[in-house]
Amino acid sequence: MLILNDENFNKEVEEADLPVLVDFFAVWCGPCQMAGPVIEELAKEYEGKLKVGKLDIDQNPEIAKKHQVMSIPTVLIFKQGEEIKRSVGFPGKEGYRKLIEEAI
Amino acid sequence: MKKSTSKFVYDLIIIGSGPAGLTASIYASRYKMRNLVLGKQAGGTIGLAHKVENYPGFVSISGLELMQKMEVQVERLGAEVFYDPAEDIKKTAEGFFQVTTDLGKSYLGKTLILATGTTRRKLGIPGEEEFLGRGVSYCTTCDAPFFKGKTVALVGGSDGAVSGAVHTAEFARKVYLIYRKDKLRAEPIWVEQAIANPRIKTIYNTNVLKIEGDKVVRKVMLDRPHEDSRELTLDGVFIEIGGIPGTSLAKIIKVALNEAGFVKVDQQMRTNVAGIFAAGDLTDFRPTFQQVVTVQAMGAVAAASAYQYLRKEQAPLQRGA
Repeated sequence: MLILNDENFNKEVEEADLPVLVDFFAVWCGPCQMAGPVIEELAKEYEGKLKVGKLDIDQNPEIAKKHQVMSIPTVLIFKQGEEIKRSVGFPGKEGYRKLIEEAI
Repeated sequence: MKKSTSKFVYDLIIIGSGPAGLTASIYASRYKMRNLVLGKQAGGTIGLAHKVENYPGFVSISGLELMQKMEVQVERLGAEVFYDPAEDIKKTAEGFFQVTTDLGKSYLGKTLILATGTTRRKLGIPGEEEFLGRGVSYCTTCDAPFFKGKTVALVGGSDGAVSGAVHTAEFARKVYLIYRKDKLRAEPIWVEQAIANPRIKTIYNTNVLKIEGDKVVRKVMLDRPHEDSRELTLDGVFIEIGGIPGTSLAKIIKVALNEAGFVKVDQQMRTNVAGIFAAGDLTDFRPTFQQVVTVQAMGAVAAASAYQYLRKEQAPLQRGA
């Protein structure tokens, strides 16, 4: 899975052709530890249709701030650089799947 | 004549991975019951506590770490924990319970323990949903670090609220602890810490009516003035006002609830449905006191009761199967 940071975010997300799902997480956050593996599975499942990356909000506070991410886990889906979907908290695999299906 | 499903049948399926469910698994494994834990949130409610300082044997430990230790013990005793929450329960023709999960898997069990705890109670006020993740949060351990140097409100007066305020004050410049009653109901040891903390200001007898902002939270409206204003300017609102029992599965399988919506259990943690037991925050055993040690006791009793039930049901044929 793609590791995003303050430096590569623009290039990898805002200039991407495919829709991009970004998992905003931190290592201390319990629900993020559950969401991580689920998102990784979905990344494989949707390969070719969806680009998936994760961003550690501790290391990269600028991007989190820019997108008003103030709660983790938050998942955003971008299309042509625009945020089109947002999910806050851990909704389960089916919850994420629904979000993705609506976005792609 | 029969469906040729030679599918594995667990002695016990435990639904819920908090301290009640994991303790039930530990006891069940030691009774040599093949058991499976299906969880939604690692460690349940206590998994989100930043510090647990009343669990005997540990002077101070984070909720997540405490629950990880329990999970290690569960797995070492041979049980499995899957973070794939149960979505449906049916009784099969053979008399087993069939549990279907979020990922569409299904498992068979001879007995069930429902330990699904509670889900977070919402204030139900304007702005609460709109600003979720943009200043509104239900998890201080997850989100307090976003409010470094900022001003936040924490709504509630329980252990979760007051300990959450203490944790949040490690980051935020100012924490308003807003409670609808005139006295915090948390453990006095947490109350003392909150009151002594110069960054925490407690506002009693007050309700939050509305959360307002633009892209993110900017202020809340109170139902009575604080320092001459009903408007409080801030950057975030944490809501810690307890839980509502997670009984959607119980209802599906016709487990009886009390008037307040909690699962009715007897002293052996039996529900009204034969073979189904319940333990922890979702039961009517708990309403005033939600503690790791009390729900663990319920989990242990529920496992022992499930064992007794199985012994009667199938003795002596399949023992040790």
